[in-house]
Amino acid sequence: MSSVQHVNPRVRGIRVSPHGALQSLAAHITQELITGAQKPFKEVIDVSSGDPHKTGMKPISFVRQVLAVCLYPELLKDNSLPVDVRLRAQRLLEVCDGESVGSYTASSGLLHVKQSIADFIMRRDAGVPSYAKDIFISAGSQRALMVVVKLLVSGEGATQTGVLTPIPCPHTLPMLLDEAGVTLVPYQLIEDRGWTVDVDELHRALKTARGRCELRAIYISNPGNPTGHVQDRKSIEEVIQFAAAERLLLLVDEVQQDSVLGHSREFISYKKVLFEMGKEYCETVELVSFTSLSSACMGECGLRAGYMEVVNMDPEVMLFVDTMLCTDISTPVTGQLALDLMVNPPKPGDPSCDMYTQEINLIRATLSQNAQRAQEFLNGLPGMSCQPVMGGIYLYPHLQLPSEITEQAKELEVEADVLYCQRLLEEEGVFVGAGCQHGGTTGNHHLRFCILVPPHTLEEVLARLGSFHLRLWADVRTLTEVCEESRQTSFNVKGYWKKKVFVWEPAVRTDRKIRNIRLCVLAPPVTLEEVLALLRSFHLRLLG
Amino acid sequence: MRERTLTMDTLNPQVKAVEYAVRGPIVLKAGDLERRLQQGDKQPFTEVIKANIGDAHAMGQQPITFLRQVVALCCFPELLDSPAFPDDAKQRAKRILQDCGGQSLGSYSASQGVECIRRDIADYITHRDQGVPSDWNNIYLTTGASDGIMSILKLLVSGQGSSRTGVMIPIPQYPLYSAAISELGAVQINYYLDEANCWALDIEELQRAYLTAKQHCQPRVLCIINPGNPTGQVQSKKCIEEVLHFAYEENLFVMADEVYQDNVYSSDCQFHSFKKVLCEMGPEYFNNVELASFHSTSKGYTGECGFRGGYMEVLNMDAQVKAQLIKLLSVRLCPPVSGQAAMNVIVNPPKVHEPSYAQFTKEKSSVLDALAHKANLTEQTLNSVPGIKCNPVQGAMYAFPQIFIPPRAIQEAQSLSIAPDMLYCLKLLEETGICVVPGSGFGQREGTYHFRMTILPNPEKLEILLEKLKKFHLRFLEEYSQQEPQITRTTEEQHRQKSKQPD
Repeated sequence: MSSVQHVNPRVRGIRVSPHGALQSLAAHITQELITGAQKPFKEVIDVSSGDPHKTGMKPISFVRQVLAVCLYPELLKDNSLPVDVRLRAQRLLEVCDGESVGSYTASSGLLHVKQSIADFIMRRDAGVPSYAKDIFISAGSQRALMVVVKLLVSGEGATQTGVLTPIPCPHTLPMLLDEAGVTLVPYQLIEDRGWTVDVDELHRALKTARGRCELRAIYISNPGNPTGHVQDRKSIEEVIQFAAAERLLLLVDEVQQDSVLGHSREFISYKKVLFEMGKEYCETVELVSFTSLSSACMGECGLRAGYMEVVNMDPEVMLFVDTMLCTDISTPVTGQLALDLMVNPPKPGDPSCDMYTQEINLIRATLSQNAQRAQEFLNGLPGMSCQPVMGGIYLYPHLQLPSEITEQAKELEVEADVLYCQRLLEEEGVFVGAGCQHGGTTGNHHLRFCILVPPHTLEEVLARLGSFHLRLWADVRTLTEVCEESRQTSFNVKGYWKKKVFVWEPAVRTDRKIRNIRLCVLAPPVTLEEVLALLRSFHLRLLG
Repeated sequence: MRERTLTMDTLNPQVKAVEYAVRGPIVLKAGDLERRLQQGDKQPFTEVIKANIGDAHAMGQQPITFLRQVVALCCFPELLDSPAFPDDAKQRAKRILQDCGGQSLGSYSASQGVECIRRDIADYITHRDQGVPSDWNNIYLTTGASDGIMSILKLLVSGQGSSRTGVMIPIPQYPLYSAAISELGAVQINYYLDEANCWALDIEELQRAYLTAKQHCQPRVLCIINPGNPTGQVQSKKCIEEVLHFAYEENLFVMADEVYQDNVYSSDCQFHSFKKVLCEMGPEYFNNVELASFHSTSKGYTGECGFRGGYMEVLNMDAQVKAQLIKLLSVRLCPPVSGQAAMNVIVNPPKVHEPSYAQFTKEKSSVLDALAHKANLTEQTLNSVPGIKCNPVQGAMYAFPQIFIPPRAIQEAQSLSIAPDMLYCLKLLEETGICVVPGSGFGQREGTYHFRMTILPNPEKLEILLEKLKKFHLRFLEEYSQQEPQITRTTEEQHRQKSKQPD
């Protein structure tokens, strides 16, 4: 049998994200609930990833209708479906070989869809030209990113390719870089300035890479995942100038471009800014921008489609983008067609336009209201603070944890925010992501959760999170108080969590002898106070 | 001007080595010709016939109604109220949606796939293998079979120098394997299939390849394609036993590409799954040989390539290695859920008493009968042409005939720095509009030349194709058996340009 020693070191080297373990725990708890286990909650709510449909957000009807007709063309004759739906499906079927979604497409995607995307980008960027030949469709933006990163990989040790990576970054990125064999060189986003990119910090990060690896690209997420920051023009210009000066390829995750909230910021694409910066930049800086069907308004994560636009890449190298995509043969066709619908929605006057607009507006309104509501709520909790969110679909609050929790985490050899998430999941059935999965911690703790969920679900999440959080702080206070008190009565307490059980080890001094008593207090710790009270009276009795 | 970051000099050398013949220069050229025809350009033909890739629907094969009904229902569940859909399709769709997050195809699934679909696949395999148990925990949904093959190979490549992982692949092979091996920097170990014996796998050749390779690498993986692509042979049970015994002895991880398991045409052949044979060899084998078997929605009678659905079953994998595999799969998040739904229909088709059974059965056998007919037609016609020799197409979707190329044509190809069968295929395309793939893209014994063509065009078109091919071949033989070859300056330049294109 092949043993793990023989597994590709690259694969072995992919870091283990705490997300996986929490996911298994969530599945386990769900299973327990199904088999009738008694818990203080009826279901697990998973807001750990950007997966809006999972929490009950509805797909866009127009998209699903057109896809259904493409899948089952008999429906072309179904008069209960709007006529523009059927016309659109007819048109899309015509661009598929054999008029079937069951045919392969070119590896970089259907030309028709690539053209729609290029047209969309041109409209979005107020006329900056975009060409279908520079668009590559792939099975999700993650796949597109992998293809480009693979082109960049070379060398070993000090010559190994490095990528400047924001901390925090999307939680899937570190694993992807590990798999590709790329050194992640972190640059810190500045939290107390609303998670902005700071050029001095970029230069500092650059210096740390010297002699360690060969920096060849910089990764940017805008609107930021998980931070919710949206860059302004000046900030984008600075990053482009930096990339140009340091000869770095720009890898720009613009997946959440349709999710900018309110009026304080608008989404400006890196490409548009680049093209307005003059020849020395717009003709030379290599830029790849990634977009996905898993965006806020579509939320079609399961269809697995995304695209990238490649700017200023060596044409010979570009042929290898195609070659690499050949291994996938082609992107799932329903996903490709959905991309077409995303970039080219119904127009005013089309029968589906009103409903489409209503549905999109509802999603945007929900996102905006949820962001507002959740920020206010979280900022009202002790030890929790949240930077203003400008876009994206996540909140990424800062979490201050009582030292008892961080010490427990140390003993259990887990990150404190993971411990927090684990207990929240066990005690309240709410699954949020731990901050440490976003590229490492600097002693700071965060949580990430998706706020693109139905408002009643958000309320439920906030209520459960709030009660857990307050309890945690209250418990810690009680424990501390008792400790204080007990010191006067020769009573020393040490407590920590082991698996699901709270283990409490008071050192009790009686007649100059010290004895350890181990007490187990089962989770959830609602009973802790009672136990403490009992113990206190027992102890006092003993002394008396 | 500022120098680029990413140039041909700095490009990952392993990427540079990747070739993918079924989508190579011939295919680009075909696309180009097709565009020119559409624009009204004059060509010596009126349509480009793409016989280069196993893309059934593109060649006019109709989808299986039941499959499309189920996936359409999953996609737009409001249709569950429509009387236009049969109850069994609705019941399948509801069951799939029940297991999708938020009951939507738009949610991510677990990296290994939707649980109820994994369970259905395990039941299907158990049934297929007449009771050999299948554990759904060993089933992983994939993005087409390619994703599974890539993932397993990626997992198993390690070591440096003489301990570098060697991967044994058949020659001729499907180019995914060589491309993956290049990309991963593994060592490719060729074992040659026996063309004189209907492309059978010869165990002695396998041993020869193994022993030769062992001197410079560590052979750890054995890839088998059964039924064969591009060669169309169906392995006998005895041959599979020998292969498995060999893998057991030499401690090789067996990758069984069984995507054509439903495509067996010769009445004297039968598909035997590697897993079933392994089980019948006794517990010592069944509990030890590591085996991954791949399947897909793209072939069989459904031909649903565009869905990118597939699965793999992985046996006897060490628990820690399995953990690494799951971690690796999680980087790509999940396979397309619509493809998973399509896979579910294949493993859970209408049953005898269900309303869709009659139509489903009719459609399924109509596709398979037509393929059997075309397999036979192709073999017969090709063998009627002097200078072409074709083994029986026992299964899969391709003919891989050997073609005689006159020495003068070989010289011309050499002077253009392209493979002789590439020259042949380019000329075939330019003169007839028929797109087939040169044997050199799949690998072949030195000095032999082949091409791969699919048997997928509808019978009328296939007959036209074969007729044109026949005429072309005779013309080609004649042209190159004459005196000095006539190369005009322009075609020479064109060829030079072509040879610069990536393969």
